[in-house]
Amino acid sequence: MSRPATEERALAAISLAGVSRSFTVDGRPLPVLEQISFEVPGHGVTAVLGPNGSGKSTLLRLVAGLIVADHGSILIDGLPVADADQRVGLVFQEPRLLPWRRAIDNVAFPLELAGVGRVERSERARRLLDLVGLDTFARAYPHQLSGGMRQRLAIARALARDPSILLLDEPFSALDALTRERFNAELLELWQRTGTTIVIVTHSIAEAVFLADEVVVLSARPGRVVARVPVPLGRPRPVTAMDSAGFARAAAAIRAHLGGTPDDLAAQEAAAAPIHDVLERAGSPAWFDPFGGG
Amino acid sequence: MTATATRWRSLLLPVLAAAVVFVLGWKAIVVVGNYPPFILPAPEVVGARLVEAWLEGTMTPHAWATLSEIGLGFSIGAGLAVVVGYLLARSPLAEKLLSPYLVAAQATPILALAPLLVLWLGTGLAAKVVICTLIVFFPVAVATMVGIRSVDARLLELGHSLRATRWQVFRHLELPAALPQILGGMRVGVTLAVIGAIVGEWAGADRGLGVLINLARGSLFDFPLMFATLLTIAGIAIVLYLTVVLVERALVGAWR
Repeated sequence: MSRPATEERALAAISLAGVSRSFTVDGRPLPVLEQISFEVPGHGVTAVLGPNGSGKSTLLRLVAGLIVADHGSILIDGLPVADADQRVGLVFQEPRLLPWRRAIDNVAFPLELAGVGRVERSERARRLLDLVGLDTFARAYPHQLSGGMRQRLAIARALARDPSILLLDEPFSALDALTRERFNAELLELWQRTGTTIVIVTHSIAEAVFLADEVVVLSARPGRVVARVPVPLGRPRPVTAMDSAGFARAAAAIRAHLGGTPDDLAAQEAAAAPIHDVLERAGSPAWFDPFGGG
Repeated sequence: MTATATRWRSLLLPVLAAAVVFVLGWKAIVVVGNYPPFILPAPEVVGARLVEAWLEGTMTPHAWATLSEIGLGFSIGAGLAVVVGYLLARSPLAEKLLSPYLVAAQATPILALAPLLVLWLGTGLAAKVVICTLIVFFPVAVATMVGIRSVDARLLELGHSLRATRWQVFRHLELPAALPQILGGMRVGVTLAVIGAIVGEWAGADRGLGVLINLARGSLFDFPLMFATLLTIAGIAIVLYLTVVLVERALVGAWR
């Protein structure tokens, strides 16, 4: 972060320095991210891992330029991130497809907005559909596709403007475990063919280790960088890499930083949520007031 | 195309079935009650008069007048309503400033307003177009407002991330997303427009199906013609409604 940008001009490298962001909830500031600093080398894969409410999605929105940091700087190749930065392609947690557009027109949507001509954009959209293996579904509407296909379509759309960076916000969290594993392998293949820098936010330690060169571990709210764990696995990385000793070591290191939590933090938190609710409500005995005051 | 044929059949079959049941019931009432023609003429008498009125050209100018009032009034009213509904949805200030007028205008019975409008604008086309516009406006504006407000914020964020202009957001995200609701409002609006046109004609006009009903009843004592006119009005309303439904199917049928 303090390195001069001229010396090392890796393309599509991201650097965050002292980034903080808070939101206003009920008139009070709620810090979501505090003093986040780390670098993402160009053309690499970095995973951001943390419990719910650690501000992972906020972090991606900051890098994508959808929201602005209160403090700190975010640079891509030494240049500050612009409003809705076009060097970045975004894949959200949900596919966010336009249900009234066919698959191919969804992929072409970013190009259409940018004023790319009809012929060129359908040609490029076709190539992208091919890339994510949906070429035979070009004319289908989103509701005719499975959840996994929709998310693939969303990835194709994110690549439409040929971004140098791809940001993914828990893109496969809605898929079942087996499909998810396959999609992670597919994502790596895609990464090897496109060479984009990838930052993926995830709940799953296994997913993070399998995909990334480095895993950035965030704490619970407010999110701070707890550790940056390098993954000692080579490339290309077959699914069997998940059974190797290096994989297990990296996973164990991450788990240690998270305080020995189970692998899938989402499941653990879902189980804990009712307890939290009870604790939060303990101060106000709502059963005395049938009309719900307070 | 067979798909189109099937679509038409699914649309028209219920209408035809309803018409058959209606005519049979009508005939049964006439037979059982033995009503004189000036109370309730038999369906075949009315049917014959209907055909005759169209062939001899009695109906055409009146139907045409009513249809143009509805067409113009609906287009202006629905068009304005989409614009205003969008403003209401997206600007709290516009909502605060405009909604008292809108509700007041809607709460004032159109029957009470119609004679006044005819007095101001004359017995020609203008007064009826204004009445139709007024009556169509409210349901379409409310539907548009609700539709635009319920557009998924996540889609709007997608638009932001793709640097869509305000117009692009409206054209490619908000309008298509709100279209089912807007068209629902138009379904209501188009039948109200028919009522508006007839009410306007009753308040004062020299031409139109409302006028023809009055003529048939009051000066011609041609009761079959009166019923034939009623049927024509109902027919126009049904065809217009089905047109909106067809437009709806063409625009949102495939992806819903």
